[in-house]
Amino acid sequence: MKPLREIRSRTVVLPAENVDTDQIIPARFLITTSREGLGEGLFADWRYDAQGRPRPDFALNRDGASGAQVLVAGRNFGCGSSREHAVWALQEGGFLAVVSTDFADIFRGNALKNGLVPVVVDEATHARLVESPGTEVVIDIDASTIAFGSRRSSFPLEPFARYCMLNGLDDLGFLLQRAKEIAIFEEGAGPVPWKV
Amino acid sequence: MGERPRTLLDKVWDAHLVSAETEETPGVLYIDLHLIHEVTSPQAFAELRRRGLPVRRPERTVATMDHAIPTRSGPSGRRVPPTGPAAEQVGALERNCADFGIPLFATGDARQGIVHVIGPELGLSRPGLTVVCGDSHTSTHGALGALAFGIGTSEVGHVLATQCLLQRKPKSFAVEFEGTPPAGVTAKDLILALIARIGTGGATGHALEYRGPAIRALSMEGRMTVCNMSIEAGARAGLVGPDDTTYNYLAGRELSPEGEAWDRAVERWQALPSEDGAFFDRVERIDTTTLEPMITWGTSPGMGMPIRGAVPEPDGDASHEKALAYMGLTPGKPLLGQKIDVVFIGSCTNSRMSDLRDAARVLQGRKVADGILALVVPGSEKVKKEAEAEGLDRVFREAGAEWREPGCSMCLAMNDDRLQPGQYAVSTSNRNFEGRQGQGGRTFLASPFTAAASAVKGAVADARELLS
Repeated sequence: MKPLREIRSRTVVLPAENVDTDQIIPARFLITTSREGLGEGLFADWRYDAQGRPRPDFALNRDGASGAQVLVAGRNFGCGSSREHAVWALQEGGFLAVVSTDFADIFRGNALKNGLVPVVVDEATHARLVESPGTEVVIDIDASTIAFGSRRSSFPLEPFARYCMLNGLDDLGFLLQRAKEIAIFEEGAGPVPWKV
Repeated sequence: MGERPRTLLDKVWDAHLVSAETEETPGVLYIDLHLIHEVTSPQAFAELRRRGLPVRRPERTVATMDHAIPTRSGPSGRRVPPTGPAAEQVGALERNCADFGIPLFATGDARQGIVHVIGPELGLSRPGLTVVCGDSHTSTHGALGALAFGIGTSEVGHVLATQCLLQRKPKSFAVEFEGTPPAGVTAKDLILALIARIGTGGATGHALEYRGPAIRALSMEGRMTVCNMSIEAGARAGLVGPDDTTYNYLAGRELSPEGEAWDRAVERWQALPSEDGAFFDRVERIDTTTLEPMITWGTSPGMGMPIRGAVPEPDGDASHEKALAYMGLTPGKPLLGQKIDVVFIGSCTNSRMSDLRDAARVLQGRKVADGILALVVPGSEKVKKEAEAEGLDRVFREAGAEWREPGCSMCLAMNDDRLQPGQYAVSTSNRNFEGRQGQGGRTFLASPFTAAASAVKGAVADARELLS
């Protein structure tokens, strides 16, 4: 994970609510042992028609969408399957943050573990962003704020996740440092209660 | 000094804390049982290899193949092997399990099956355990009184390497299913009714606890169906307090404790249910006496309605309009009688013996309508064997349905079992998302009763007409 302090980008707006991870990346793209190459499947069934031609009316295919690093989406973004491939696909598609009024739990956790920033904003801020695709926004990780125009609002980012993002660290290092405590816990818990 | 009454969630959570959460850091939660499968594990093993880490507790890890494997059998009567990328994925799981010493129930093994079917049926998933899997339907195992939830692939790696996860405790959400549901209303209908009520994000941030007489009256398998779809309401976990139904289900399972160990286990389990007066952050009550069989009309599991109802009007809701357009449905019209192309009976939601018996009860002595493809996919090798011993496979075959090898199959279309663009299916699975069952496919979620009745009619049908 690369350290991330600030994102400056224009937005792409996908106003649909309840965008599930099957839309972010359909299951057929999950038949892989790699985390690379998933960008190809990003929103595949919305981006392309049955013949594989880009649908011109889809947000990511419109002029100005290319190069955008911030996706603004409707409420309950990332619901459904636990596939982390959804986060990897968004990142390979160039996104560093997703802005919504709320996120599904597993998606949010997966995003934080990969340095994709889930930015939760209030309805009014969200409505402003949805109205104006292509808005230039500044997301400050340390301050946990998103700013555009004269507007600036803070978003919840728990201290541990913020620390990991700013320093490019992941949870595994932290957990591995707890090996001794884990061993003590295991001793107290007794033997594994089955034999497969 | 009286202690504060605790919920089942409180008890399981507290018993697994290696270190408690603080304002700065999440808690370290110990995981008793880690289930893995071919699709969400390869990148986690790659990370372990990259860092030169072993699997901390291979004996607490159990692997199976279910998502991407074919369910067809060849002329020999044995399952067709996977090809191409699916074969590579399955091969990677075999290598990873061999290299890291993890038990694997591969295709052909008598214990293979959908990961959420085999955990309980082997006696691995038990009351009071923490259970995780890189699959959002891990909530299924909560039916036994376990805290079970889906995780991403990074977290699969964390559990492989440390047997722990960094977690904040979810809020608690009690759903009281009151009264006795009418005949023909099943576990699937209870959970679809709840999701229709609270919405697909209605329980985000919470662990659900299903309570009340209608839950107590359910079989263990029915409770699994309910808990399975917790995630469709946004909850990572859904639990049911253990009771005699739980213990009777677990007694004598292949890996269940025996003798004195069993007695001690039951004694521990009896202390787990939520205590009277325990605090829940939210409570929802559902009167089950007025419920009807449920079916979804849209592209999210929350878009559900009673089987005899009318497709709801959008009233300016853009998601609703988008769903209607995708589904090709007219608001205000009934779904009953809507022509379909495919019926899928299976998935981690509804592929157990009780589900197959429900479907067989409807199909017995009847025929699948002309032009309808009806797939019946048992959840595991054990389910398949038991169903065949009961003659259920004959009922399905004689009705004109296909009897397949165990796997996830058309629930998520990762193998050849998929809808063609524009096709309609009545499916006992858990997600009606756009393209979930095949690109351009359109899904109506319902119970095994409804699915089987719809196969007979060739259209969305009310099974109660065939059951009486």
